Amino acid sequence: MPRAKPILLLEDDIVDASTITQTVEDLKVKNELIHRTDGELGLEYLKDPSHKKPGLILLDLNMPKVNGIEFLRAIKSDRELRKIPVVVLTVSKYEKDKFDTFGLGVAGYVVKPVDYDTFLESMNTVIQYWMWNDLVDQERQERKVENAKL
Amino acid sequence: MRNSKPIFLVEDDNVDAMTVKRALKDLKVTNPLVRAANGEEALDYLRNDANEKPCVILLDLNMPKINGIEFLKVAKADEALKRIPAVVLTTSKDDRDKVESFDLCVAGYIVKPVDYRKFVDAIKIVDLYWTLSELPSHEQENENAKLETNIAH
Repeated sequence: MPRAKPILLLEDDIVDASTITQTVEDLKVKNELIHRTDGELGLEYLKDPSHKKPGLILLDLNMPKVNGIEFLRAIKSDRELRKIPVVVLTVSKYEKDKFDTFGLGVAGYVVKPVDYDTFLESMNTVIQYWMWNDLVDQERQERKVENAKL
Repeated sequence: MRNSKPIFLVEDDNVDAMTVKRALKDLKVTNPLVRAANGEEALDYLRNDANEKPCVILLDLNMPKINGIEFLKVAKADEALKRIPAVVLTTSKDDRDKVESFDLCVAGYIVKPVDYRKFVDAIKIVDLYWTLSELPSHEQENENAKLETNIAH
């Protein structure tokens, strides 16, 4: 996958972040995994034009500074960033969080399982689904659309 | 899917609709499959309170009357419908369709493989993903809608 877009992980918890990194490695995902520890740093990453736009964002909800919901509000109101699919990965089973995030246009909501095997299975499903969605090819597609507009 | 809510297929082509039905049956997905033949029928169905809201919408793009993109524009601006995940299921490889769909916050975009076995694989992963991706319960939705109405008055 030479054109693969990176996956952006926003997660403040070091243990959770390393588990997710591990699952992505175990699943032999070739996309680069970029990790930021809160929503503010996530937005900084996305707004820097020298950075490659991710094909997928994995988002924790409870984070310091800019939390997951605030981060979603920010990117879904941005013309360029709103098209990046966001999958919430959370420990929160709070119905209101689900309700709010789906209202903000998330493309998935996964409650983190406690044991590693189940977690690996969940991540496998998420990754496979987005492979079917061909997230790695979006960059080429967007470029073509931009060219067509000119 | 873990829930028993219907899967809502918006597809004008009879053969394609039958293929989806067959794939779900082969995968032993027990959720009822409800079909609308175009975007207009789909909106009518979704806006009728007598119908149970689906857990996921599988959406074709090229359809008569209201097409897939137009359907998304209306549904995603509708407070009562915007939370239902819509997954585009299309033969269109038109890049503009894909970018426009993601602009409208679709929750997936799958180009239908021509080969039936590959098609079943695609539907399988869609089913697994939306079983995993827990959906907001509609009871909660109603509660929130009530709250919002109360605040508005």
